[in-house]
Parts: sequence; C-alpha cells; structure tokens
Amino acid sequence: MTGNDMMRVKMWKPTGLALAAIAVTAAVAFAVPSAMAQRDPAYAAARAAGQIGEQPDGYLGFATTPTPAIRALVQDLNIKRKAAYTERAQATGSTVEQFAFTSGCNLIANTRPGEKYQAPDGRWLTRDDSPPVRNSSCP
Amino acid sequence: MVGRGLVVLIGAIALTGCVQIETPDKPIEINLNINIRQEVVYRLDGDAKKLIEQNSEIF
Repeated sequence: MTGNDMMRVKMWKPTGLALAAIAVTAAVAFAVPSAMAQRDPAYAAARAAGQIGEQPDGYLGFATTPTPAIRALVQDLNIKRKAAYTERAQATGSTVEQFAFTSGCNLIANTRPGEKYQAPDGRWLTRDDSPPVRNSSCP
Repeated sequence: MVGRGLVVLIGAIALTGCVQIETPDKPIEINLNINIRQEVVYRLDGDAKKLIEQNSEIF
C-alpha cells in the first residue's frame, strides 16, 4: 500500500507542472489577444515596398498600379475595415465616413518612414521622419 | 406728387439696404461646417485609436 501511495505522489508532480504550463500559456493567449495579431506577410510586404498605402478616408489605396493579387488583398482588407468602422460608428453615434476619416488621421500618423500615404490633395507621398501631411481637421 | 415720389425713393433706398445685408452669409456657413467636422473627429479619436490597436491585422 505504501508503494502505491509513493507512486501517486510521484505522478502528481509532473501533472501539476503540466497544468501550470497550460495555465501560463492560456494567460498569455488571453492577455495579448488581438493586439499582437500580425499582418498577413503579403500585406506587410506590399506596404513595405510602397505599392500600397494609407488614404485620408481610412482605407488602403494603390500608390502604384497593383497586381491582381495585391488588388484582391487590399479589397479584402478594406471590406474588413469598413465592417469594423460600421460597428464602431453605430456604437458611437457617428457616420461610417466620420469614423473612417478619424481612423485615417491616426493611420497616416502611424505610418513608418518609407511607407506611402496619400496627402489631402491626392498625391502619394513617402513618409519620412517629419510629421505627415494630413487634413486640417485631423486632431 | 412730390411727396409720393419721395416715399417711393425712400422705399427704394430701404430695399437696397436690405439686399446688401445678405452677402456676408455664405463664408460664415462654411466656417461652421469645418468646426462641426473637427469636433466630431476629436470626439471619435479615442475610439478610433482603440479600434486600430485591437485589430492590428487589418490596419
């Protein structure tokens, strides 16, 4: 009987460790949910290459003539953006255009040096270390 | 006859004065539109930042 008890004690330790590991993994997964979600590699590459960029209206646009693959990628992302803007516009009592425009102000401000963005006059500019050219209504 | 002509003349001057007041209306209206828009953008700014942060894969 004593031998059996010893076995039980021995068996418990690894199980406890495994449970702790699962708990830690779950905690990390929940603590950093969508915030750490990564951009699709094709999207990241097209952005970095300056083929696509941020427009003042809150959507992605083409700085150069796109390949069919890039066109499809941007259309998909813009549909997802519009769905997100629509949901937030309803929650904040604003129009989709107003919410999208406010997001566009932020997205242009967030561009990294080398990335493309569209100025209020329609020109595609490359972000450098200076502040981007944005609509005068941007905060 | 002279009196009636004077009344018509005064009436005409008064009417001209009224018409002149209408001109400065338009620029004021444009300024108001810009203010309303900027106010909305400032109100939504925090929500927009949060949305971008929480959905980084599409932004």
